Amino acid sequence: MTPKRKRLWLLVGSLGVLGVAAALVLSALSDNIVFFYSPSQLAEKHVAADRRFRLGGLVENGSVQKHGTEVRFRVTDLKQSVEVVYRGILPDLFREGQGVIAEGSLDRDGVFTAREVLAKHDEKYMPPEVAKALKESGRWQEGEGTTK
Amino acid sequence: MIPELGHYALILALAVALVQATLPMIGAHRGDIRLMALGRTAALTQAFLIILSFAALTEAFVTSDFSLAMVVANSHSAKPLLYKLSGVWGNHEGSMMLWVLILAVFGAAVALFGENLPDGLRARVLGVQAWVGVGFLAFILFTSNPFLRLSPAPPDGNGMNPLLQDPGLAFHPPLLYLGYVGFSVTFAFAIAALIEGRVDAAWARWVRPWTLAAWCFLTLGITLGSWWSYYILGWGGFWFWDPVENASLMPWLAGTALLHSAIVVEKRDALKSWTVLLAILAFSLSLLGTFLVRSGVLTSVHAFAQDPARGMFILAFLLVVIGGALALYAWRAPTLQSGGLFQPISREGALILNNLLLCTLCATVLLGTLYPLFLDLLSGAKVSVGPPFFNTTFVPISFALFAAMCVGPFLGWKRAELWPALVRLRTAFAVAVIGMILAATVIDSHATLAALAFGFGVWLILGSLLEFADRVRLGRVPWAETRRRLATMPRASIGMTISHAALGFVVLGSVATAAWNVELIRTFKIGERARFADWEVTLTNVEPVRGPNYDAERATITLTKDGKRFAVLTPERRMFLVQRREVAETSIQTNFLRDLYATLGEGDAQKGWTIRLYDNPLAPWIWLGAALCAFGGFVSLSDRRLRVGAPKRSRVVAQPAE
Repeated sequence: MTPKRKRLWLLVGSLGVLGVAAALVLSALSDNIVFFYSPSQLAEKHVAADRRFRLGGLVENGSVQKHGTEVRFRVTDLKQSVEVVYRGILPDLFREGQGVIAEGSLDRDGVFTAREVLAKHDEKYMPPEVAKALKESGRWQEGEGTTK
Repeated sequence: MIPELGHYALILALAVALVQATLPMIGAHRGDIRLMALGRTAALTQAFLIILSFAALTEAFVTSDFSLAMVVANSHSAKPLLYKLSGVWGNHEGSMMLWVLILAVFGAAVALFGENLPDGLRARVLGVQAWVGVGFLAFILFTSNPFLRLSPAPPDGNGMNPLLQDPGLAFHPPLLYLGYVGFSVTFAFAIAALIEGRVDAAWARWVRPWTLAAWCFLTLGITLGSWWSYYILGWGGFWFWDPVENASLMPWLAGTALLHSAIVVEKRDALKSWTVLLAILAFSLSLLGTFLVRSGVLTSVHAFAQDPARGMFILAFLLVVIGGALALYAWRAPTLQSGGLFQPISREGALILNNLLLCTLCATVLLGTLYPLFLDLLSGAKVSVGPPFFNTTFVPISFALFAAMCVGPFLGWKRAELWPALVRLRTAFAVAVIGMILAATVIDSHATLAALAFGFGVWLILGSLLEFADRVRLGRVPWAETRRRLATMPRASIGMTISHAALGFVVLGSVATAAWNVELIRTFKIGERARFADWEVTLTNVEPVRGPNYDAERATITLTKDGKRFAVLTPERRMFLVQRREVAETSIQTNFLRDLYATLGEGDAQKGWTIRLYDNPLAPWIWLGAALCAFGGFVSLSDRRLRVGAPKRSRVVAQPAE
């Protein structure tokens, strides 16, 4: 085989693999992107029930209720708040007044059912999306402490 | 006094690195032997200074010198010694120090053991290494200085993040960095080769062991990180497709591709410019990994506190290194002469397919990891790309890789026939199909993808072993002949069989754990019972216990089967006294075929405690398999043929023992 034919083969092979990969990636991206909303954004948009997304904000003070393995709490950006239900063990850093990101979907009554509540390594750490959402709601400044 | 010495040594190291980055390069250009020889002296001096500096920092942590801001922020006098030591690199500044330490030691290793390298190549390699060193040393000194004093010194420190106080995580960063930084050596060789315009088999013989060593350490580092997240985070999972995990997976994928293409350069003198490109990419992805972890641009469970100044510095550094290297590549790569010709169906062809698939995998991970960042920049929309994306892209492409992995080693160099190779693999194929059907019918009829993956796991193990048996002519020649072949078999081939088969174990473990685990979450009062899979679970007791720097609540959970005690699990909730932070400590009982896994949630005697139980089949195979994979790499590394200037000393000893 001449070097030219070899290169052609290589090119065809590479394009084939890359094409399949690109198709997979595009279809996966359109189905599996998870959007991030703050409670205020959620109030403006109408997100379909069962559409998976991430909800971020602060855990509202005094809102955490536990019934057995089920936990209910409200996530707030200090303007709007959303009720969240989660079954399972919360991450160690979950506390009232702290930043939180929950992934899940809304049910028919507008209650957010979390399938996952994300843990952070560091208690000083505020997820960037949450910090941005809080700044946009205009009620919180960078570096401002939240209630413990 | 000692921290000032360390600080001073670090500044001196930067000065030495500047010398090393320029003079030997000029020397190599002009053919000036004395200037070239300077590279060696400078590399050794730089390593000495950085070791001194790192030792000074370690001393401050061990003696709890709270006049240093970093020790106050990350340590506490009541911490066990191991975590005082790991505290040195368990934070931003210290981990950067560890990075330059390993870089300098590797540089010194090239200088010491590279005596049989051509003078010019050695001078250039050391020069390129020093460029990287200058970048990192400047980064440390100007944005993340670990030697800053605090006055007045507080009586005690803030302690270390309790999640990081774990033996697994104590060694995770050093191993990972040995891998990341190991690729800096191959990067330096690639750049030096581009400057010289020459890549030959001798070059590949140097690059391959370094790639292999870096790859082994990276494999171990990722394995340890995954294991840590499995037993610490208490979610029962082992891989979350978190940006930071992806950041370490990408250089691993590129490094694996490099490992294989370097073989083609060495044996067949082909694929040269591609291999150089891969060497550049592997290190670029290592740098990108550092950038992603350190700058906090992505939401991640790992992200340390962010600092925009640092982010900008690393971003600029990244642009210079990656942009510069790729520009140099575009300019110089056409001068690299390509050698050996081959047919598409051949060992070379199979290795090209391997490279294509690995690079595609790497590209999907890169896209999934950076997509949220780009979308945020372009439209301001906040999105995250999670496991479903990676499962639908990464998994099918890796199936293609697994399918080819067993066939490739049966093909000869230059030209080969596909059919005979497939015929020799028929047993493996048949058993894999049976395994797949069993998995799809007996275990779980809903998870077809899992059943398919299970079949591929079996295929990988059997296919690799068959290739090995074929190589020693097992059963086809007298036993004495097989033994003779076994004794003379190159270690590199043995290593390949081990690593390929080990990947099969990783696949089996991952599939079984992800698809066929059983989970139970409920509240238990003391004495309460529940059914869990085949067992009856009882919360026998909850009692307070005391650790070195924490108080804990320990639950005793008994699992019985047909009235006989099967296992006792003792998960804890630890309250770290310094940070006032609670951390759940999981309890795992394993018999190497399944993990019984328990975490303890909050609760009290009246309401009961929330307990989460998992039965994870084959879970230990994930990490044992991955460790075996790295072991295969080390076996291959011990091959005599991989030693440069074989009769001389092995360069394997040059790997520092951190």
